[in-house]
Amino acid sequence: MNAAKNPDAPLLLIEGLSVSLPASADRRHAVEDVSLELGRNQILCVVGESGSGKSVMSRAILGLFPSRHVQPSAGRIVFDGEDLLQATPERLRELRGNRIAMIFQEPMTALNPVLRIGAQIDEVLEIHRAGDGPARRARVLELLAAVNLPDPQQILSAYPHQLSGGQRQRAMIAMALALEPDILIADEPTTALDVTTQAQILSLIRELQRKKGMGVIFVTHDFGVVAEIADRIAVMQHGRLVEQGSAAEVLHRPQAAYTRSLLAAVPSLTPGPKRDFSAQPVVLGVNGLNKSYRSGGGLFGGKGRSVDALAGVSFSVRRGETVGIVGESGSGKSTAARCIARLIEADSGQIMVEGVDIAPLTPRALRPVRRRMQMVFQDPFGSLNPRRTVGQLISEGPIVHGVSAASAHARTLELLELVGLERRAAERFPHEFSGGQRQRIGLARALALEPAILVADEPVSALDVSVQDQVLRLLADIRNRLGLTVLFITHDLRVASQVCDSIVVMHKGRVVESGPVAEVYAHPAHAYTQALLAAVPGRQWGNANEARAAAAATTAP
Amino acid sequence: MNGGIQRFLRHRPAVGGLTLLLLVLLAAALAGVLYPGNPFAIVGQPFQPPLGEHVLGTDALGRDLAAGLLHGARTTLLVGVVATVIATVAGVTIGGLAGYFGGRLDNLLMRFTELFQTIPFFLFAILLVAVLGASIHSVIFAIAVVSWPPMARLVRGEFMAMRNREFVQACVSLGMGHTRIIVLHILPNTLSSIIVTGSVMVATAILIESGLSFLGLSDANTMSWGFIIGSGRTVLRTAWWICAVPGVAILLTVMAINLVGDGLNDALNPRLRSL
Amino acid sequence: MVWQRSLSYALRRLAQAVPTVLVIVALNFLLLQLAPGDAADVLAGEAGSATPEFMAQLRQTFGLDQPLAMQLLLYVKNIVVFDLGFSFRHNMPVAQLIGSRLFPTLLLMVTVLLVAVIVGTLLGAFAARNLNRWQDNLISMLTVLAYATPVFWAGLMLIVVFSIKLGWFPTSGMQQVAAFHEGFAKVRDIAHHLVLPSVTLTMFYMALYARLMRASVLEQFSMDYVVTARAKGLTERQIARRHVLRNAVLPVLTMAGVQVGALLGGAVVVETVFAWPGLGLLAYESLFARDLNLLLGIFFVCTCLVVVVNLVVDVAYSLLDPRIELR
Repeated sequence: MNAAKNPDAPLLLIEGLSVSLPASADRRHAVEDVSLELGRNQILCVVGESGSGKSVMSRAILGLFPSRHVQPSAGRIVFDGEDLLQATPERLRELRGNRIAMIFQEPMTALNPVLRIGAQIDEVLEIHRAGDGPARRARVLELLAAVNLPDPQQILSAYPHQLSGGQRQRAMIAMALALEPDILIADEPTTALDVTTQAQILSLIRELQRKKGMGVIFVTHDFGVVAEIADRIAVMQHGRLVEQGSAAEVLHRPQAAYTRSLLAAVPSLTPGPKRDFSAQPVVLGVNGLNKSYRSGGGLFGGKGRSVDALAGVSFSVRRGETVGIVGESGSGKSTAARCIARLIEADSGQIMVEGVDIAPLTPRALRPVRRRMQMVFQDPFGSLNPRRTVGQLISEGPIVHGVSAASAHARTLELLELVGLERRAAERFPHEFSGGQRQRIGLARALALEPAILVADEPVSALDVSVQDQVLRLLADIRNRLGLTVLFITHDLRVASQVCDSIVVMHKGRVVESGPVAEVYAHPAHAYTQALLAAVPGRQWGNANEARAAAAATTAP
Repeated sequence: MNGGIQRFLRHRPAVGGLTLLLLVLLAAALAGVLYPGNPFAIVGQPFQPPLGEHVLGTDALGRDLAAGLLHGARTTLLVGVVATVIATVAGVTIGGLAGYFGGRLDNLLMRFTELFQTIPFFLFAILLVAVLGASIHSVIFAIAVVSWPPMARLVRGEFMAMRNREFVQACVSLGMGHTRIIVLHILPNTLSSIIVTGSVMVATAILIESGLSFLGLSDANTMSWGFIIGSGRTVLRTAWWICAVPGVAILLTVMAINLVGDGLNDALNPRLRSL
Repeated sequence: MVWQRSLSYALRRLAQAVPTVLVIVALNFLLLQLAPGDAADVLAGEAGSATPEFMAQLRQTFGLDQPLAMQLLLYVKNIVVFDLGFSFRHNMPVAQLIGSRLFPTLLLMVTVLLVAVIVGTLLGAFAARNLNRWQDNLISMLTVLAYATPVFWAGLMLIVVFSIKLGWFPTSGMQQVAAFHEGFAKVRDIAHHLVLPSVTLTMFYMALYARLMRASVLEQFSMDYVVTARAKGLTERQIARRHVLRNAVLPVLTMAGVQVGALLGGAVVVETVFAWPGLGLLAYESLFARDLNLLLGIFFVCTCLVVVVNLVVDVAYSLLDPRIELR
C-alpha cells in the first residue's frame, strides 16, 4: 500500500534494541541488544519461553510499555525511514492502528466489555479520519466478513461476552486490519484458544497476510505454531536474541545450543513404542458417568438452562497403564477427573476403583480409598498453600491418615529427593520455587500417601516447554519405578503422544473415541478426532523427536 | 511477618495514624490518674472557655470538659473494639459457613445477610437501643448487630474463592476433614482481609456510637464524646467549644484508625505499586 | 424488547421482596414484645395520653388478649392496610404523619445522592489522572478527613461558621417561618435552607465515592483493553473519556445504591441538627417522646423505601452494564 523507497529494504529494522527494567527486577534488561529484520510479505515468528522478553520487544515497536519504569535504553527501530524510538507521541499515535497494528493474547480482556464490537472497530476508522459515519459502517461490515465471521450484521451490535473466543479474536483481527497496515504484530494471539480454533485463526492470518502482502511479526512460545506459519524465525532467551534465520534453517539445522534443546523438548506427535497392558487387571473403571449443570431458573425465574458436562462417559484403565483423556475446553475432561477423584459429585454412574464402586460412598467411607488415588493439579501457583512450608504440605496427608509426624517427615525428605529437589526444600515456602519445581512438590505431595493411581489434571500445561519436558520425564521415571497407574488429562496431543499408552478422546461431555494411542493417532475413526489431529500445528514438521520416534517404531517388533 | 512490619512502617500516614491512636489509648489509660472521680461531677462555673482554670473549659452544667474527654476516650475505645470483635466473630462464622459449604446453606445465610443489609442500619441501632434501654451493653449489642453483614459478605467471598483453589482441592483429595481445612488452610489465608476490614469496622463503630449518644441514646453512667456534643447543642452560639472539642477528638481517633487500616492493607496485601 | 424484560424483571423482584418485607414486619413485632411495659401502652404511643376507650379498641384491634401467633397475624394485617397506629401528640394517624414528612427527607436524600455521586466521581477521576501529584495528594487528604468526620458534628460546625459567625445561611428549618413564600420565591427559600444540611451529609459520601472512583479508574487503566486502545492510536484523554470512565463508574454506582439505607440513617442525624422537618426529625421526636409505635412505623416505611430503591438501582445497573443478564 505505501511503497518504500527501496523495495528490497526491510519493512522494519530493529537495531541493538535494549529495554531496561526498574532496579527491583531480577535482571537489568527486559530486552538486551536485539537486532531483527522484518522483510516485506513475510511472517517472522519470534519464539521464546516465559521471561525471554519477546512480548516486551514486540510492544516496544509501537511504544507500548507497561509502565514508565520499563523504557528503551539503546538502539533503533526503523520503519519507513524513521526511527520509531525517537518519534513524538503524536507521530506514534498516527502510526498505531494505521500503518502498524497489533493484536493480543486474551481477546476477552483485550476488548472493552461495555462497548459493542462494531463501535470498537469503527473507532479505529474514526480516530484516523477514514470516512464519515455511513462509509465507516459499511467498511466495518466488510471487515467482519473478510475475517470469515458469520452474520456480520449481528456481530456488529454484539458485545464481547456474547461471542466465542475464536470469534472475538477474529473481531480483533478485523479491527487491526481496518486501515490496511503494512505491519501486523501478533502477541501470542492463539495461546488462549482451543487447538481447532487456533488452527482456523492461524490459517486466517496466513491467508490475510498473503492477500495484502503484509509483514507479520508473530510472537509465540509454541514451536508447532512456528513450524506451521513461519517464513523466518528469531529465537529469544533472557532478553537476548539467540538465533535468527529462515524457517527451514532454524527448524532443521539449528545452530545455537539453546535452540537445539528447545526443539528437542517439543514432544513428537508420532507415539513411540508402547507397552502392552492387555494382560493386566482393570484398576479404574468408569461406567456411564453423568453430570449436568443448571444455570438460571429459580424463584419466578423460569426454566433456566441445563448443560451436560458429562454424558455417559465410560472407559477403563489397567494396572500400570497411563491413559490420557484428551479434549478441548468444554469437553468435560477436567470435570471427569474431578468426579473420579470425588472432588465434585457426579449425578450418576459407577466409579470402580480396584473393584469397589466409590461413587456412592460417604465421605467417611471414602477416606481409606483416598489413599489409593491421588491427584496432581494444573496450576503451580494455586495448588500449594502459600502459608505452609513444603515439608508441611507433603507430610500433611500421611499425618491426617494416622502416620506419626516423625516418620511422615522422614518420608517427606525421601520424596523430595525422588522428585529431584534438595532435602532443604522442606523448610522453604512455595513462593521461593519456580513453576516446574512447584509441580515437583505437588507430585511429591501426591506420592506421600503411596497411591496406586495418580490422576494428573493438565500437570504441565502451565509450564514452559523445556520445563515441561523435564517434568514429563520425571513423571515417566517415577511411574515406571513405582508401577503407578496414571490417568493423564491434557489438551495437548503431543504431550499425550509422549506420555500415554492409550487415550480417550472427549468432545462436549461424551467419549467419541478411545484406544491405544498409536492406533488412534495413525487411524482416527471419529470425525472429531480427525479434526483434532489435523488441527495440531506443525503436523508436517519432522523434528528430531519425530524422526527418533518413527525410527523406533519401525524397529519395534 | 517481618516483611509485613517493615512495609507498614514505610507507610508514613499509617505510622502517623498509629501514633495518634497510641495517644488516644494513653489518654484513656490515664483518665483515672489525671482526673480521678466522676467526670459527671460539677467542678466549677458553667461555660468557662478553654485555657482558663480548666484546661478545656466547662460545659453547660459546669462539668470539666477535659475530664469528660479523657473518660470518654475509654468508652469510645471500649465500645468500638468490643462491638467489632462480636461483629467479626458473627460475620466470619456466617460468611465462612456460607462460602465454604455453598448450596442451600449459602442461599439461606445470604438471604439472612441481605435482610440485614436492607434495613437502614442507623435507624435499626436507634430502635434496638430504644427498645432495650440505653445501657453500654445495649449500645454494644446494637452496633454489633448492624455491623456484621459487610464482614460476612467479605468472608463469604474469600472462602468461596479459596474453596475453588487447587490447594484446597488437594486437601480434600488427601482426605482432610472440613474443620482442618477451614482452620489450618483457608482461615490463615483470609486473615489479612479480616484484619483490615475489622480495623475499619472499629472506626465505623465509633462513629455509630457517637451518633447514638449525641441523640441521647447512651448509658447514663458512662461519659461519651457524643453525649458531650449533644449537651452543648443548645449553647452553640455562645459556648461553641463544648461541641467543637469532642468532635475533633472523634475525628482524630477515627482518622487514625482509618490510616492504620490503610497501612495494614498495604503491609498484609502487598501488590505491585501501580505505575 | 429491553423495556419489557426490565418491567417483568422489576415485577419479579418486587414479588421476591414481599417475603423480606414480611420478615421486617415480624421483626417489628418482635421488638414490640421486647420493649418494656404493656404492649398496648407502647402501641398507644405516649404512655398515658390515650383515652381508655381508645386503649380498649387497641386491645381489640391487635388482639392483645389472644395467643402470640394470632397477635402477629393481626399486626401484619394492620400494617398491610397501612394502619400504623395513631399519634396523639400530632393528632393524626401515623401513616398520614409519615406521609406528610416524606417529601423533605426525599428532597434531602436525592440532592445528597446526586451531588455526592457526580462530584465524587469527578474528583476521583481527577485524582487518578493526576496520580501522586499535589492534586491527588490534596484530594486524598481531604477525603481522609471527610471520611472520619462524624456527620452530626460536621453539621454543628458548619452552623457555627456559616450561620452564626458569617450569617450566610439559616441555622435551621426548611423554610422561613411565617414568610409564606409562593412559587419561585418558595423554591429559592427552600433551596437556601437546603444548602447546609445537604453539604453536611454529602461530605462523607462524596469522600467515599471519590476514593472508590480513584481506585476504580486506576484499576481500569491497568486493563488489557486500554493497551488495545493505545495500539489503535487513541490519546490518553480519549481513552479516559470513551473507555475507562464508563467501566470505572460502575462499582461506584453499585456502592451508591447499596448505601441508601446508610443515607437514611445519616438523614436522622442531619435533620435533628438542622431541624429539617423530615422523617429523621420525626424519628428523633418520637425517641424523645418515647413513642415506640411511631418509631417502628418510620422504620418500616424506611425499609420499604430501601427495598424499592435497591430494585430501581438493579434495573438501572443492568441497563448500563451489558454483561448483566436480567434473569
